[in-house]
Amino acid sequence: MDLNFENVINAVIAIVIGVGALIIYFFGSNWLLDNIFRDVVREDGHVEKSRESIREAIRPWLFVGPAIILLGLYLVYPAIQTVILSFFDENGNEFVGLRNYQWAINDGEFRQAVTNNILWLVIVPAASTAIGLLVAVLADRVRWGNIAKSLVFTPMAISFVGASVIWKFVYDYRGPNNPQIGVLNGIVQALGGEPQAWITITPFLNSFLLMIILIWIQTGFAMVVLSAALRGVPEETLEAARIDGANEIRIFFNIMVPQIMGTILVVWTTITITVLKVFDIVLAMTNGQWDTEVLANYMYDWMFRGGGDFGRGSAIASVIMIAVIPILIWNVRRFQQEEAMR
Amino acid sequence: MSTRIPLLNMSIGAFLARVLLLIIVVIWTVPTFGLLISSFRDKDQLAISGWWNALQNVQENQAGRTGVATAQQELDGQFVISGNVFSEGSTQSVASFGGGFVPGEITDYEPGTVVELEDGTTFRLDADGTYEYASTEPFELDRGLRFFYVANIPPYFSLDNYEEVLTSEGFAQSFINTFTVTIPATIIPIVVAAFAAYAFAWMEFPGRRFLFVIVVGLLVVPLQMSLIPLLRFYNTVGATFDFAAKSYPGIWLAHTGFGLPLAVYLLRNYIGGLPRELIESAKIDGASHFQIFTRLVLPLSVPALASFGIFQFLWVWNDLLVALVFLGKQADQIVMTSKLRELLGSRGDNWEVLTSSAFVSILVPLIVFYSLQRYFVRGLLAGSVKGG
Repeated sequence: MDLNFENVINAVIAIVIGVGALIIYFFGSNWLLDNIFRDVVREDGHVEKSRESIREAIRPWLFVGPAIILLGLYLVYPAIQTVILSFFDENGNEFVGLRNYQWAINDGEFRQAVTNNILWLVIVPAASTAIGLLVAVLADRVRWGNIAKSLVFTPMAISFVGASVIWKFVYDYRGPNNPQIGVLNGIVQALGGEPQAWITITPFLNSFLLMIILIWIQTGFAMVVLSAALRGVPEETLEAARIDGANEIRIFFNIMVPQIMGTILVVWTTITITVLKVFDIVLAMTNGQWDTEVLANYMYDWMFRGGGDFGRGSAIASVIMIAVIPILIWNVRRFQQEEAMR
Repeated sequence: MSTRIPLLNMSIGAFLARVLLLIIVVIWTVPTFGLLISSFRDKDQLAISGWWNALQNVQENQAGRTGVATAQQELDGQFVISGNVFSEGSTQSVASFGGGFVPGEITDYEPGTVVELEDGTTFRLDADGTYEYASTEPFELDRGLRFFYVANIPPYFSLDNYEEVLTSEGFAQSFINTFTVTIPATIIPIVVAAFAAYAFAWMEFPGRRFLFVIVVGLLVVPLQMSLIPLLRFYNTVGATFDFAAKSYPGIWLAHTGFGLPLAVYLLRNYIGGLPRELIESAKIDGASHFQIFTRLVLPLSVPALASFGIFQFLWVWNDLLVALVFLGKQADQIVMTSKLRELLGSRGDNWEVLTSSAFVSILVPLIVFYSLQRYFVRGLLAGSVKGG
């Protein structure tokens, strides 16, 4: 084995130091605070001067400080910087105005990525939520429902790259007269059809086959959340509808779905955000070839292609950000409404 | 809906519902199942038959070569070159032979048949792979002659593929690298977020609400927005202080930063939901916020900490993008997802390597996931069902 045990030991040391430093910070800073601003106590135990108010004014910042610094350094500042960089040249030195955006609009591959992204944004959340809801409803009525749910939920634990390997195997192609080893072509050939090189079929079919991978992963998430929401629908309402003679399908669409609409929207939004960021699947499956490019992968491409063009990469990242802004506003509003109800 | 299926004693609707569910479950399970089966199969069989045929014999056309003149032996006045086409311990057998320097098609001769060749020599290939090439004259071959045969390959399962990826492909090292990334990148955000969540829930300070709204907003900001400035920042810092820009502490902090919004949000929801009387009575007893947090709130928050911990663990373990940007690709840093993606490019047809390495990489998350599913689901629900 070519295992490098020196690295393992170094890693363990680094882990201990890293986590240890954090613990020392929190305990140390609070200890210092309590000692520097100690109450002035007379000999008979009477507090002459309480400094509690000073301590209580400083302590919150010791608590939130690291989080705020990290959020600022890793999310807020870089996001602003990315927008600024998108107006600069490839090295981030010279101001070029809207040139990067003009380039993007005229770039065929960028437009391809936008088109594909829109398809991904429509199809993946819709399919994941719909199938997730279907499984949630169906599984609640059978004895083996929990097993079914676990199996549908399992892909959630698998990395996008791992899932790509799994599905690349499903889509694998061998020539027409050979035995197929990919299950999809195996089925096609068994039914008398011609095996296909699925990953290269344009337009859109191959993109759709890549979307299936993400749907496969995300459906379990939708199912779990929606299944919990369905349990919140009052049983009496359903009983009443049944007594009135409504069939199960009407009950589902007219009573269940409206009651859990809020949750459906949350699930939909969460998956939408995942879709916007998704890049691993396209990188691993096609790297954007055969018209399957998406924005996140295209951005990564420009970050490193030919030494990297940070201006164009930033412009593409900013386009992704623009797509998220409505969700961001909606999310903050929803939070504020919830807070108001508290 | 009153039509019932007699034998099963259920309505058609209920029956269809079960069938539909079954179909979905099968579709969801088969891809992973196929990969799992394949990872244990012999690599040659894997390449020529579908995993659904894994239990059947496979027939494959193969070629063999006789030994050379130096290997000949004299037996009863005959000169014989013999050997076995299969490697030792092989479970394969010969179904038929022919072709090459043996006349006819490769299905023409049953194993064990002695074929007489034009020059008066004879050739025999037995079912167990033993061949015998005999002549009355001494052989003068300095290169073995080629012959062809159809081999029966019985089903064969082993851990060979796993052994291969863990040793020669360097997957074992990347497994350890992934742990090195994941453990601190899970613990650090939990600690940082727990303190912050407590402050947001129970402490008074100016800007508290405003800062928390920012956290909520950051929940949806794609991390792609951060990469380029951070990469530049890391490069600058690395060059200034003369150390590698791509380092483990660098990626731990990056994962911490990216995971924090969700961590602070989830934990604040949980910690904020603890009973007010509890915190207040502790204060009256003279406990400081630090004491309340470490002695009271932290132990009570274990379920929430666990559920976020699983989230972050899975996210970091499965991450590819952050690792690609902030870690190197040399053996001592490359993580499994990155390694797997490389193999997908370079060993795209070697399914024995891909299937087994994919399984090594998903094994740990699957174990974590199944053993802690309850907490994980609770975490999902805390984040999503609110307001539903």
